[in-house]
Amino acid sequence: MAQRGQRSAKTILMWTGISVLVLVYALFPVFTILATSFKTPGDLGNNTLLPTDWNYTWQNYEMIFVGDAQGLFLTALRNSIGITLIATAIAVVLATLCAYAVARLDFPGKKIILAVALGVSIFPVISVVTPLFNVWRSIGLYDTWIGLIIPYLSLTLPISIWTLSAFFRQIPWDLEYAAQVDGATQWQAFRKAIVPLALPGVFTTAIIAFFIAWNDFVYGISLTSTEAARPVPAALAFFTGASQFEEPTGAISAAAIVVTIPVVLLVLMFQRQIVSGLTQGAVKG
Amino acid sequence: MASITLKNIVKKYDDGYPAVNDVSIDIEDGEFVILVGPSGCGKSTLLRMIVGLEDITDGDLIIDGAKVNDQAPRDRNLAMVFQNYALYPHLTVYENIAFPMRLAKGKFSKDEVEERVQRAASMLELTDHLERKPGNLSGGQRQRVAMGRAIVRDANAFLFDEPLSNLDAKLRGQMRAEISQLQRSLNTTSVYVTHDQTEAMTLGDRVAVLKQGELQQIASPRELYEQPINLFVAGFIGAPSMNFLPATVQGNVLSTPIGEIEVPDAIAAAGEGREVVLAGIRPEFFDDVATVDERHLSRGSTFRAELSHTEWLGNEQYVYVPYENDARVAETLQTLAADMDADELRQQLVIAVDASSRLRGGDVAELWIDSRRIHLFDPGTGENLTRDAEAGAELTEMAREDRRRDAERAAQR
Repeated sequence: MAQRGQRSAKTILMWTGISVLVLVYALFPVFTILATSFKTPGDLGNNTLLPTDWNYTWQNYEMIFVGDAQGLFLTALRNSIGITLIATAIAVVLATLCAYAVARLDFPGKKIILAVALGVSIFPVISVVTPLFNVWRSIGLYDTWIGLIIPYLSLTLPISIWTLSAFFRQIPWDLEYAAQVDGATQWQAFRKAIVPLALPGVFTTAIIAFFIAWNDFVYGISLTSTEAARPVPAALAFFTGASQFEEPTGAISAAAIVVTIPVVLLVLMFQRQIVSGLTQGAVKG
Repeated sequence: MASITLKNIVKKYDDGYPAVNDVSIDIEDGEFVILVGPSGCGKSTLLRMIVGLEDITDGDLIIDGAKVNDQAPRDRNLAMVFQNYALYPHLTVYENIAFPMRLAKGKFSKDEVEERVQRAASMLELTDHLERKPGNLSGGQRQRVAMGRAIVRDANAFLFDEPLSNLDAKLRGQMRAEISQLQRSLNTTSVYVTHDQTEAMTLGDRVAVLKQGELQQIASPRELYEQPINLFVAGFIGAPSMNFLPATVQGNVLSTPIGEIEVPDAIAAAGEGREVVLAGIRPEFFDDVATVDERHLSRGSTFRAELSHTEWLGNEQYVYVPYENDARVAETLQTLAADMDADELRQQLVIAVDASSRLRGGDVAELWIDSRRIHLFDPGTGENLTRDAEAGAELTEMAREDRRRDAERAAQR
């Protein structure tokens, strides 16, 4: 017994060690950006990790929210939030319906749909963006929200369809049959018995889709030209320093931290929904 | 409440394989019918066709006089209990039971829903669990919730798809009794699918035995047991299974690998002139001569055999007698074993003797056979040569009368 206790203590220690290593590896860059966002312009090049002048602390943030970069950053933030939310919502609704059909119904061309979805998702974005630029210019979608939402759907839909159809497959068929026998139409069975069970999957998918659209840079910078539709990642490239000899690194870091916050918040908020296990008890368990 | 009529029902899949082939069954209002058979015999498919989850390739399904072949499940007003319960895990027990009523918008008032759920819950002893989620319930409780969902609305019929197969043996016996009582007290037409012949025998007013999509025999459990129509039904019904011995008839004597058995003239006549027949003898038709009284002894015949081993179960005892099989029937028995989902049929006789018998493996014992109850089967067609159709019909009629009496009693209460 004692030996086993010891071994498990050792295992715990080992896993703790590994976890700490991974956490440091993943979070250290974020920490350096956070530190940089508090630095004075003069501090940027002096190779210290932490800012030396703590009185300057919020200057960079003031700059992007109320200072010179305000116009650039706030409109970009508004664009980013709007475009990403709309793209995510559309992607989740479409993917839910599509994944349900893929998982449940037998129709010709099912395999093709899945293959095409996978094909689209592995297609390099950079090779699409130039033709898309030309097309968007000629049909008037260039530099509009819709002009970004459509390519974002092409990025988010394939992965959403794949994850959701995997999720739907786990839900026992019998639940739906039971609902139909209980008096539900196929749509009611879907809405009242299947969707509530798939919610963890829908949330997970929504978050993945949100990240993909939120983090996009290539489409953002190529398909926009003004503040009308430019999202944050693209807008960061247009930040300027106080003079042309000063790099706006501090402001960019501050903006980077600000755009990370919604992502972190989302994960924290929906952590519970993401943890599945809701299907337990539906069938013999 | 309704009668259900299946008329020449056929289910063919895309590859042309008939899962259900030309099945006709008349189910009376209030009757409890069991569909039984080995796995793959089409019993579940048949049930799903009745409820509407599976299309009917050919034939008519008539509920209460109306053909419903093309109706969606929700329009047939049937309630079904699934093998894996199919409870909605995101809803409480209360909401699970209320689910069918919530779907029928406007049909049930709020008070009515409350009253019906409470009544079903008290009937099934679920009152204390109404606010819990199905995930926190035991197997038996989940099973009861599934039944609650079925009985809460006035369904035309209950359909059960192997509802007890996920429970352990003890609970299964208990739930079997509960289902039986519930069906009797509600007097609702029920169709119940199972592969377990004990469930079939104990629950059913009539039992339909299916093999490879074809209906073999539909009759009361007693008729199936006493007057099986063929080799398959005889082998499938009864536990342990009926013994099948190759035999040739000479006069009124069957000569079998275990010895000569004298049989009544009527039985001998049925097997007369055939090269070889299969004598079907249930384990309980045998006994240890030492424990049989004189009066019975004279009504059967006796033989001596060496026992290989015995099994003492408390209430009874099985002894086993090995024998050499006849090559002419080996193939028939092999097919039969495959049809019944069993492994190779053992070349040994199973004999049920009184628990007080002191027989042991290795003994040479004197055994008695109730030869009046032996059936002879044709090894080629499997047909029962000694079946008394009239006696069988009488047994099924008896079961029908029993059911009517039960129904009247339930109505009075």
